[in-house]
Amino acid sequence: MAKLILSMDGLVLKEIPLSKERTTIGRKAHNDIQIDNLAVSGEHAVIVTILNDSFMEDLGSTNGTLVNGNPVKKHFLQNNDVIELGKYKLKFIQEAGAQPAAAAADFEKTMVLRPSAMKAAAEQAKAAGGTGAAAAQAQRQAALQAVGTAAQAAGISEKPAAPVHAAAPAPAAAPAPAPAAAPAVAAVKQPLGAIQLLSGGNAGKELELAKPLTTLGKPGVQVAVLTRRPQGYFITHVEGAQRPTVNGQPIASAPHALKDHDLVEIAGIKMEFFLKS
Amino acid sequence: MNYSQILEVASCTDPGMVRSHNEDSIASDPANGLVVLADGMGGYNAGEVASGMATTVITTEIQQLLTKVQPFQIDEETKEPVAGRMIRDQVLKANTSIYQAAQSQPQYAGMGTTLVVCLFYDNKMTVGHLGDSRLYMLRDGKFSQVTRDHSLLQEQIDSGIITAEQAKHAQHKNLVTKALGIDPAVEPEIRDYSTKPGDVYLLCSDGLCDMVDDEDMGMTLQALGGNLKLAAQQLVQMANDNGGKDNVSVILVRVLREYPAPRGVMGKVFAWLK
Repeated sequence: MAKLILSMDGLVLKEIPLSKERTTIGRKAHNDIQIDNLAVSGEHAVIVTILNDSFMEDLGSTNGTLVNGNPVKKHFLQNNDVIELGKYKLKFIQEAGAQPAAAAADFEKTMVLRPSAMKAAAEQAKAAGGTGAAAAQAQRQAALQAVGTAAQAAGISEKPAAPVHAAAPAPAAAPAPAPAAAPAVAAVKQPLGAIQLLSGGNAGKELELAKPLTTLGKPGVQVAVLTRRPQGYFITHVEGAQRPTVNGQPIASAPHALKDHDLVEIAGIKMEFFLKS
Repeated sequence: MNYSQILEVASCTDPGMVRSHNEDSIASDPANGLVVLADGMGGYNAGEVASGMATTVITTEIQQLLTKVQPFQIDEETKEPVAGRMIRDQVLKANTSIYQAAQSQPQYAGMGTTLVVCLFYDNKMTVGHLGDSRLYMLRDGKFSQVTRDHSLLQEQIDSGIITAEQAKHAQHKNLVTKALGIDPAVEPEIRDYSTKPGDVYLLCSDGLCDMVDDEDMGMTLQALGGNLKLAAQQLVQMANDNGGKDNVSVILVRVLREYPAPRGVMGKVFAWLK
C-alpha cells in the first residue's frame, strides 16, 4: 500500500497510508489529512487511489499545490514525489516492489466463485472445441482452468473483495499483469541461537535452536518453550508451578526475549543461551 | 450433559499484520460442546457483519435447541443422530439471514462467510463446513487435515490439474466455491467423526494455513499441547511472523476423557449424578 509522509521543515509529523479510494487534504476537520495552517485551504486537495495508482488533484485551493516544485492541478503520483502545501510537505512513497505485491494483496482477499461463472466457462470451453466422449472431463478441467484465469483478471480489474461474477474470461478488457506468486516472506537472516547445558547429567552438551520452537524441561514438572522469531529468541513458560528463571529472575507470563549469554534455569537444570555467528 | 469438564477450549483471533479490520469471528461454548469459526468476506466492514451473524445465529440457535433435545437422540425422519440435522438447519438459517441482509442493505451487498462448526457429543463430533476455513486433528502425535476446502484450488488438486506441492505457490488460493450468505440456498458439508481422549482439534481461518506450514502447526500443537491457550497464541504469532497477510483465527479443542451419551436407566442416573 502506498503512503504519504507529512513533514514540515524537515520534521516528520505523520505517516498516512492511502487505504481509501479518496483521501482528502485540507484545513477543515472533516478532511482525512487535516493540516491546520492558514496557507492551506479548507478543502485543498484530494488523492484518488485506484488499485496501485494514486492521483493528486488540487480542489481549487487559494495558494495552490506544488508537486516536485511545479504547480499542478492534477498529477499522477510516482514514488518519491513531494507534494507541497504551503510549508507542509507530503512525500508519496510507493513501497518497494509494491506494484505486484499490492496486486497480489488485493487478490488474496477471499472471493466466492459462483457456479454461474463455472458454467459460463464450461460453455466457453465447449465452444472452444471440446467434443466427443472424453470431452466431459476435459471440459470440467478446462472450466476450472479458465475460471481461474477469468477470476484472476476480474479480481484485478474489479474492485477488490467483490464476489467474482466473471461471466467469461475477457483478456481484452483486463490485460492481466501476471502477479508473481508471492512466497510468504523472504527468509529473514537471523543468527542461529543455541544453548549449552551447565548442570545435570548432560552438562556440557550443546543444543542448536534451529526449529521455530524447542521445548525444554520435564513434562508434569516444568516445561518452557524457546521460540525462534524474526525478532530473535524468546522463552515462554508452558506448564508447572514454578517458572523458569533468566539470570536468576523468574520470567513473567509473557514471552521473555533472550539475549546473548543469558543464564536460564528450567526444572533445576542451568543452561546458557548464546548466539552463533 | 455439561461438557466443560470434558473439553478444554482455547481460542485466539487477530487482524494480522496487513489488514486493519478483523473479518473473522469465533465463538465457543464448551459447556454445550460447540465451537464455531467464520471468516467473512465483502467490502468495507461487510465481512465482519457476515461472519458475526454466522457465529451468533448458529451458536444461539443451537444452544436453544440443546435445551430441548440431546444431539445423540435419533431423528424420527432421518434415523440418524439429530446433531447433523441440527447443524444443517441452523447453517441454513444463518445463510438466509446473511443473504437477506446483503439483499436489503446496499452496503452489505455480496457479503458472505466461510464456516466451520463442530458439535461434540457421545464420543464423537459432527462437523459442518463451507469454504476454506479448516479443521485439523492431532491424534497420537499425528497431525492431519480433517475437512477438505471448498475451493477452486482443492478442485484442481482433486482433478489432477495441479499437485499439492504446486498448490502451495498457486495464485488463486482465495477462490472459494461454497460460502454462507452468497446465494439463497446452500448445502453445507456435514460429517461425523469419532473422537478419542487426548485428541486436539484445531479450527482455523485461511490466515493461519496460508502463512504457516502444516508441519509447523503440528509441531506447535505437540510441543505446547500442555498449554492450549499458549499454543493458540503461538500459532497466531507464527502467522504474523511469516507476514500475517490475512486475519488469523484459531480455536483449539482438547478431548480430556470419554463422554459416551447416557443411555438407559443407569445412564440417566449417571447423567443425573454428574
